[in-house]
Amino acid sequence: MKGQSIERDRLVDFYHMMLRIRVFEERVAELVESKDVKTACHFCIGQEAPPTGVCAALEIEDQIFGAHRSHGHYLAKGGDMRTLMAEIFCRRTGCSSGRGGSMHVCAPEVGVVGTVPIVAATIPIAVGAGMAYRLRGESNVSVAFFGDGATEEGHFHESLNLAGINQLPVLFVCENNLYSSHMGIDERRLKDNIPQSGDAHGIASMSVDGNDVEAVYQAALEAVARARSGGGPTLIEYRTFRWRGHVGPAWDYDVGVKRKDELQEWVQKDPIAATRRQLLELGVAEATLDELRHLVDDEVRGAELYARQSPRPEASEVLDHVFYQPQGVTQCAS
Amino acid sequence: MRLLNYAGAIREAHGQLLETDSRAFIIGQGLWSPWYAGSSMKDLDKQFGRERVIDSPVSENATTGAAVGAALAGMRPIVFHPRMDFMLLAVDAIVNQAANWSYVFGGQMGVPLVIRAVINRRGEQGAQHSQALQAMFAHIPGLKVVMPSTAHDAKGLLIAAHRDENPVMYIDDRALYEQECEVPEEMYEVEIGKAHVCRTGTDVTVVATSTMVPLALQAAGSLADQGIFAEVIDLRSIKPWDEACVLESVRKTGRLLVVDEAWKTYGVGAEIAATVADRGFESLRAGVRRLGLPDVPAPSSHVLEQAYYVTAEQITAEAAQLLKAGQTTRPALSIAS
Ligand SMILES: Cc1ncc(C[n+]2csc(CCOP(=O)(O)OP(=O)(O)O)c2C)c(N)n1
Ligand SMILES: [Mg+2]
Repeated sequence: MKGQSIERDRLVDFYHMMLRIRVFEERVAELVESKDVKTACHFCIGQEAPPTGVCAALEIEDQIFGAHRSHGHYLAKGGDMRTLMAEIFCRRTGCSSGRGGSMHVCAPEVGVVGTVPIVAATIPIAVGAGMAYRLRGESNVSVAFFGDGATEEGHFHESLNLAGINQLPVLFVCENNLYSSHMGIDERRLKDNIPQSGDAHGIASMSVDGNDVEAVYQAALEAVARARSGGGPTLIEYRTFRWRGHVGPAWDYDVGVKRKDELQEWVQKDPIAATRRQLLELGVAEATLDELRHLVDDEVRGAELYARQSPRPEASEVLDHVFYQPQGVTQCAS
Repeated sequence: MRLLNYAGAIREAHGQLLETDSRAFIIGQGLWSPWYAGSSMKDLDKQFGRERVIDSPVSENATTGAAVGAALAGMRPIVFHPRMDFMLLAVDAIVNQAANWSYVFGGQMGVPLVIRAVINRRGEQGAQHSQALQAMFAHIPGLKVVMPSTAHDAKGLLIAAHRDENPVMYIDDRALYEQECEVPEEMYEVEIGKAHVCRTGTDVTVVATSTMVPLALQAAGSLADQGIFAEVIDLRSIKPWDEACVLESVRKTGRLLVVDEAWKTYGVGAEIAATVADRGFESLRAGVRRLGLPDVPAPSSHVLEQAYYVTAEQITAEAAQLLKAGQTTRPALSIAS
């Protein structure tokens, strides 16, 4: 039963990662409520499976790009939780040195090149990363994570076509949570048919249950294999739902618009609770899972402590970082 | 007269335009949310219907391009961008198309379009939720740019922009939304291209835009305590701007400080300073000064935000410096006692 134990261990890892994202964000949500955190936070609570499953299908050299709702992607790709928390506190030790806040996080050492809040902005940038790998003969893949709203920008369509015609190793990962801020998908498109954009541009596409972490992973594996072997890009739609409002910790409001009924349904489809049930069925001891929860609680507490004890940037540093200066390279005097 | 706040004045102007002009409609993001646009668009969709108050997919380029097309087809659209930063995805429609249309077709057609861009910053939001790009758009031939600082002008400039035969970028700042003043209930226009002298003075002219106007007035109060009398001009219209008003004031005061809360480099202050140096040189008793933001994207950390944005104290200090500079260079001309 070796295969089964590999699967089970993988599911334990998924469970652990999803819990890390959930517990981290729930704590940040409290910190927003208590006004310890001021930076605008967009939580992915409820949609932890796509970051977890997709990043598990990647190698450390593979690179990802994200948008405004990216704490989960950062953690799942291996970014340090402490520096993420410090960035959310806008401290100098933050992953973006306090310049970015929640909406601009990166961990280039593990392939999180950057997440930015201009909707769809990083989709073509991910295409460019894929182009670079191809030009250098590398087998890496790049991933653009974005929401259903981003598919309404021209960036999305231009990028699918560009990646398609050049057969680039890119995963277009659309986390379709059925909302773009306050607007449901039916208010924004005639048909809920995002994967058909892949067909229209002649690239592979799939639609997958975004709350089933194993299914998320399997779809990503398939797309990654295709990309690495020169088979070109894939558009994957993961259907999911965010539990909190568009921005901030509120449960039932999206920028002033209520959507409570749907939420109840989706809370029943909690990806973490589902994975826990599966693990128990597979014979994993309850105590093992509880132990993971304690580990995660400690890690999140540690991250918060780290952030709180970190210095803030100094006013005298306001002019820093506008131009990149590689370490050890002296700039020409102008 | 009745008091109204800035957001309320914007809302009232939109309502009256929709009420009185069947060609008027609004398209953009967030119009069906009571939150997105502050209270500046609240319930317009309920009052005028969602056919004329159109919330949109996340498609800045298409909504703006469509607004240009509708304007060419005889409508008077207002395209709404809840953040100026997001509007950058629509630059082709604004710069290449709306601003050029009259010219490239030899003046046969106009694009009577209001492009509303909201500045919304501070609060650790960072570089892509903070930009004030008035100078960038004022650089473009064929585009007018206005920035009201009071509720009164917020209403009057919106109405004037709507009635203009050409594309007007209307830039409002969320930081001003709660500011109240007397606002007439009836419709009225504030002429595009006319500045407003909000405080008269004899020693130094302070030209300010948008959020900098209340700060400049505050600074003028502190300066008066020091015996320095500043004349404060609210520019209101960035392009065309009221050269005559500024030059006349500088003729009286001999000193000019321009305060614009956007990047100083290549900014509104540079244009005004250069024009005054060119056309008002003989009135100047000291070099023109500018205050604005450093050549740096907006930070997130609030410590850095505090170091980044302009304060009333800086305006006071800069104006006081200007007076000293003037006295040392041309003592004979000094009118300070
Ligand atoms: C270019 C641009 N337009 C508008 C916005 C405002 N905005 C921020 S997030 C968002 C909704 C995006 O929805 P979606 O892509 O589905 O992502 P989700 O928030 O659901 O994760 C909008 C409209 C923006 N940040 N950038
Ligand atoms: Mg969405």
